[in-house]
Amino acid sequence: MMPFQPVLLWSDLLLWLLLACAIGLGIVSARTPHLRRAWSRLGRNGVAMAVATLLTAFLLVGLLDSLHYRERLPPAPGQTGTVYGVEVLSVLDGLLTHLRSRNEKTYSAPFATRLYAKESMETPAGTVRDYPRLKHGGAHLGDDETKRDADVMQRAFAGKVQAFLIWLGLAGGLAALLARRQGCSHQEAWRAIWRGETAIAWRGVLLALGGLLLVFLPLALLAGDYHVFGTDKVGQDVFYQVLKSIRTALVIGLVTTLVTLPLAVVLGIVAGYFRGWADDVIQYIYTVLNSIPGVLLIAAAVLMMQVVIDTRPQWFATAAERADLRLLALCVILGMTSWTGLARLLRGETLKLRELEYIQAARAFGVSSGRIIGRHILPNLMHIVVIALVMDFSSLVLAEAVLSYVGIGVDPTMISFGTMINNARMELGREPVVWWSLAAAFVFMFVLVLSANLFADAVRDAFDPRLD
Amino acid sequence: MLAYLCRRLLYAVPILIGVNLLTFALFFVVNTPDDMARMQLGVKHVTPEAIQKWKAERGYDRPLFWNGDAVGLARVTDTIFFDKSARMFVGDFGRAEDGRDIAREIRTRMGPSLAIALPTFVLGLCVTITLALILAFFRASTLDFWGVVICVALMSISGLFYIIGGQYLVAKVWKLVPISGFGEGLDAWRFLVLPVLIGVVGGIGASTRWYRTIFLEEVNKDYVRTARAKGLPETLVFFRHILKNAMIPILTGVVVVIPLLFMGSLLTESFFGIPGLGSYTIDAINAQDFAVVRSMVFIGSVLYIVGLILTDISYTLVDPRIRFE
Repeated sequence: MMPFQPVLLWSDLLLWLLLACAIGLGIVSARTPHLRRAWSRLGRNGVAMAVATLLTAFLLVGLLDSLHYRERLPPAPGQTGTVYGVEVLSVLDGLLTHLRSRNEKTYSAPFATRLYAKESMETPAGTVRDYPRLKHGGAHLGDDETKRDADVMQRAFAGKVQAFLIWLGLAGGLAALLARRQGCSHQEAWRAIWRGETAIAWRGVLLALGGLLLVFLPLALLAGDYHVFGTDKVGQDVFYQVLKSIRTALVIGLVTTLVTLPLAVVLGIVAGYFRGWADDVIQYIYTVLNSIPGVLLIAAAVLMMQVVIDTRPQWFATAAERADLRLLALCVILGMTSWTGLARLLRGETLKLRELEYIQAARAFGVSSGRIIGRHILPNLMHIVVIALVMDFSSLVLAEAVLSYVGIGVDPTMISFGTMINNARMELGREPVVWWSLAAAFVFMFVLVLSANLFADAVRDAFDPRLD
Repeated sequence: MLAYLCRRLLYAVPILIGVNLLTFALFFVVNTPDDMARMQLGVKHVTPEAIQKWKAERGYDRPLFWNGDAVGLARVTDTIFFDKSARMFVGDFGRAEDGRDIAREIRTRMGPSLAIALPTFVLGLCVTITLALILAFFRASTLDFWGVVICVALMSISGLFYIIGGQYLVAKVWKLVPISGFGEGLDAWRFLVLPVLIGVVGGIGASTRWYRTIFLEEVNKDYVRTARAKGLPETLVFFRHILKNAMIPILTGVVVVIPLLFMGSLLTESFFGIPGLGSYTIDAINAQDFAVVRSMVFIGSVLYIVGLILTDISYTLVDPRIRFE
């Protein structure tokens, strides 16, 4: 009997499907010479490799959070068969059980041992008003809270030392590997890495990895006994929330492309290649969609989607399924409203391509339209598609936050950067200021979007044939 | 010119009809009015009578497109489509959930929206074009490199943080301006400074980078090389030749948004409590006031199409190569 029951949410399925597609695309493009050239140009770019490392770390967290299951409940007396809990958990939740389950009563500052607000407490000496001790934050210190600073310092230092040692091991291993492959000494391989003379900019990767380890290893060590980013209004650990937000952002940024891409590619190419009435119809459709201001169209569509979901509770077995379907519906709506730009670009480019001599020649030889599009036009549009996809990612992540604020984003029960900001924005009015939720959401979102932006720029530089 | 304008206006009609049909489909076909009634009334109060009453109050109890029970022209006019969608073409938007006339509400709220959006737009344009000119003038220098880095960093920050951070620092900590609100007449400037400032700063990253790219594309063109070869000083080349020619692509992006300024900004207005169209929309979304959202979608697209027509006209004015064809 299994101790858990796997749950496959739609967004999980699509996310893993996208990963498979990306790997497939990677294998295909490794066989196509001009795409391979573009990828290797990207590999030599130090900044691109550094941010790619960061993005991979985000992706790993997101993927861990995309394997869902329901735990088996301990059998009640006299019960036959197995019963699974209604709560849908992910592997990440499982790994972070201590962060997820150790909730406080309400707000507490990062590394605090006491709550943020005073309360009346009954003691043997009578009623006193004081800051109550946290149930979990710094509980291992016992009564001696003064040891906290020293304890935090000591552990953070130990974490940094460990991070440095691990990093040194990784870097040494890499140098050894390169040395063996190139048949040179370790020292030469080491020097080549730091001078940026390797075929892949390992320097960027190593620097990014070092930064990640130095920041997150101490945090991970401390997170076991403290709330490193504090707790929110209902006492939930903010560090846990930001880690969970990553998946929502990734789903919004990536799954949307599954909707955008087929629409934009098919309609763009058909309009550009066949012209005539098909072109007229497609142009009409995207002009109409384009003329409605984006937020308003999304708002209208999301409002209607909410009515559909709210009036049909029988569709969903668990709350997680409902939130998940809402997230997917949001992706579909964002995709339906954002394919027009890419379609227009592709149409313009196809119009240019179809007049070129080699395509005229192919047509003169009697090659069918489908074959011309598949063999001659589509491969020449790939760079536009890749650039557009990478560029869209960061704007979608930013859009999620705004939409959640407006009230047309993800389900309020789903943890995302948008819901975090939305819940925390009124807390700045408090005295003392509750800043940690906002700050954590800000930092994580900033790093994610900045990495995506820098990566998008590098991809554009590498793939744009005009810069060849 | 007049014939051209008429043609452009006629071309806009099918698009507006498309927008109208699309919004109608979204609001009445995806969900039946019964669903909307159930949603609005809440689980507790749903009875067949309550739903009927809700629908009758709003005129949703009629057929969608064709009323077989009516006689004559009323077969078309006494329908939801004609009453709720087709009437928008003449500026009749019906009533909001609170019973107020939407068209009237829109007219009174345009002023405050414009009071924020227009200064933000003008100031933002001046600031970003100046910055982009500086970066392009010192292209490939350290200043340019760090300028672009800062731009990318600025555009990676969510608009929400600009507003939250700005409001917190300027209004709450430094107490320079009121946190939110709106005043009448000249007194309003105290309320306007901060939202405008935040709007300008928030737009710097993306716009500066975009305009810089446009300038740099011009820099590498043949006519610029010719101008330099003639011996013109670099500043003259820049301001007389490059700036003028770069204005054409900049114009495309800029003119089209001018009419949309009337719509205001959703985020800024709701954070600063400004009674404009942006906060009107947000309130309607939160209250699930479908009639208001429907009207805003329609107005938004009308304004966008007006922007497109203005863009075409401005093209012909600045670029003598383009004629009214």
